Amino acid sequence: MPDALLEVQDLRIHFPTQDGLVKAVDGVSFSLERGRTLGIVGESGSGKSVTSLGVMGLHQGTQARITGHIRLDGEELVGAQPARIRELRGNKMAMIFQDPLSSLHPYYSVGNQIVEAYRIHNPEATKQQARQRAVDMLARVGIPEPKVRVDDYPHQFSGGMRQRVMIAMALSCRPEVLIADEPTTALEVTIQAQILDLISDLQAEFGSAVIMITHDLGVVAELSDDILVMYAGRVAEYGSAADIFARPGHPYTWGLLASMPRMDRERLTRLVPIPGTPPSLIRVPPGCPFHPRCRYGHLNGGRSETEVPELRATEETGHLVACHLTAAERTRQWALLSAGQVPDDVKATVPQGGVEA
Amino acid sequence: MITFIIRRLIGTVFLLVVVSMITFAIFFIIPRLAGQTTYQLATQYVGRNPTREAILQIERQLGLADPLYLQYGRFLKGIVFGTHYNSGTSTTYCPPPCFGYSFRSQQPVWPQMVSDIPVTLSLAIGASVLWLVGGVSIGVLSALRRGSFFDRFSMGVALAGVSLPIFFTGLIALELFSYKWPIFPNVTYVSFTTNPLLWARNLVLPWIVLAFLYAALYARLTRAGMLETMSEDYIRTARAKGLPERTVIVKHGLRAALTPIVTIFGMDLGLLLGGAIITEVTFSLPGLGLFTVQAIQNQDLPEILGVTLLAAFFIVIANLVVDIFYAVLDPRVRY
Repeated sequence: MPDALLEVQDLRIHFPTQDGLVKAVDGVSFSLERGRTLGIVGESGSGKSVTSLGVMGLHQGTQARITGHIRLDGEELVGAQPARIRELRGNKMAMIFQDPLSSLHPYYSVGNQIVEAYRIHNPEATKQQARQRAVDMLARVGIPEPKVRVDDYPHQFSGGMRQRVMIAMALSCRPEVLIADEPTTALEVTIQAQILDLISDLQAEFGSAVIMITHDLGVVAELSDDILVMYAGRVAEYGSAADIFARPGHPYTWGLLASMPRMDRERLTRLVPIPGTPPSLIRVPPGCPFHPRCRYGHLNGGRSETEVPELRATEETGHLVACHLTAAERTRQWALLSAGQVPDDVKATVPQGGVEA
Repeated sequence: MITFIIRRLIGTVFLLVVVSMITFAIFFIIPRLAGQTTYQLATQYVGRNPTREAILQIERQLGLADPLYLQYGRFLKGIVFGTHYNSGTSTTYCPPPCFGYSFRSQQPVWPQMVSDIPVTLSLAIGASVLWLVGGVSIGVLSALRRGSFFDRFSMGVALAGVSLPIFFTGLIALELFSYKWPIFPNVTYVSFTTNPLLWARNLVLPWIVLAFLYAALYARLTRAGMLETMSEDYIRTARAKGLPERTVIVKHGLRAALTPIVTIFGMDLGLLLGGAIITEVTFSLPGLGLFTVQAIQNQDLPEILGVTLLAAFFIVIANLVVDIFYAVLDPRVRY
């Protein structure tokens, strides 16, 4: 896709530590077009935040070793001058973070913080213009009485309002790419939906491309055009949201789907957890990184333990999946799982009549 | 804000009264509990080889045998309104704030203390500017270059600075720069109004020696504070906005790291204004610290009482200023 706004190719972000090399991101590729939304999904430690911080150039000054390509509007960002990335940051690409309270500076009024973001990229703007911009942005994200609230400090806002302030700040320079790193995780459920609606409204208005990072498939289900499922710093599955929800191809994605309560199902199915915990990124399991937690690894005759699965297009939908399972096996297992059949190990560990979905 | 300040001012006055009570109790109740008689106390107020009559007269005049609450009332009244002393033949008036007469010099205590304040003030202000600038900037650089040679070296020096006592560094400094290489010969206090240049020149060594100790403390504090704030989420936000690293460090990082340092600075300055005892003694600077030492050596009760209360006053006032300033620095603190 040559006309993609953001193109990431074979991105690797490694951190040398005393215990060994942390391969936080290990060969991730995706692309994002204007006005579209990409959801990056994975558990904690899957490398989704590190990827987004890498796109923003926020690993500068750390020990991170970054290779591969990040092209924003055709411009290579890997190895670019820090000053150039700084110009782009907050201007052409902006980011909102998980916890709006700790992400806003406690000592400066929200207006001051928005003005600061705006003026750094619009030095010709006067203080009055920048302040007006801050008031306009606060009004746009739905803060009541923006002319008064502009002088308030972050601690004087509620959680949802703070996240609106963060969004106002991020969008003050009309960025072409907005990266939202778990923007609703720290918020109440009722507020979450409002914030997600706001982001998609503003996306439509500003025409920005959005990367939505989350561990919650429910969040990306509503908003995303494309979905990238990450596991242990690698891509497990990548394709359009429609394809992935209709024919998920990776057992890890199945695990994420099956461990999520669903309201659109007729009968209540039991939630199926993914066993185990995400692997250490210093000692990533050999072969398929997911194999120690995979229920279907034995179906491949040991290939999972030795051979790293390639990211290949599935026969059914053509989206990319990194799994050794054959197409037929994949279809069969997913059909069983989505029909509500609970795997044997879950039956064994959960007492009868115990957990109800 | 205004009500906050008024409330704190009332609290401060109350605190000072409590401090004066405790101080008074220490010097008048505890000796009595230990068996000192009022006659023995009166003896200290009279000259050498006094007659029994003279001592009894003083005991009566000063009301030393009166109930303690009466004496404390008179003591407090003297500080606020001044005291009239009737020696039988003539009446002397000790204007407020009256801390009585020194045993040794037979002079009112207050004017002596006042004349010593500029020395201590000169020493404290000059040194505090040095240590604040030096300590904070070394701390910031150390934090930003954590693990570098600069960091390890400056933290090593800081450890030495914290551990070496002033009477050691002070004497070494005097030996080297006053005697061996007389760059700063004859360190004596010259008042600023007399000769500003000589004032500064003579205070350079004491400033540096005193500032070295505090700069070491402040460098370590600043380093720890900066390391903490620079890993805060809002620093990441500031970078994500595209701010230059300088702005990120100074406006966002240092600003937050500085708040606790300002608090401690206020306390330290208040403490020093009551007398930088060791520094003043080492360099023979006639400030409140030297005054205190001499008062204690001479067992000069009115002087000790006076300087103790004055030192407490400085600390309490510094506390008040810090509290008000803290509310200005951190918008989350409201009254």
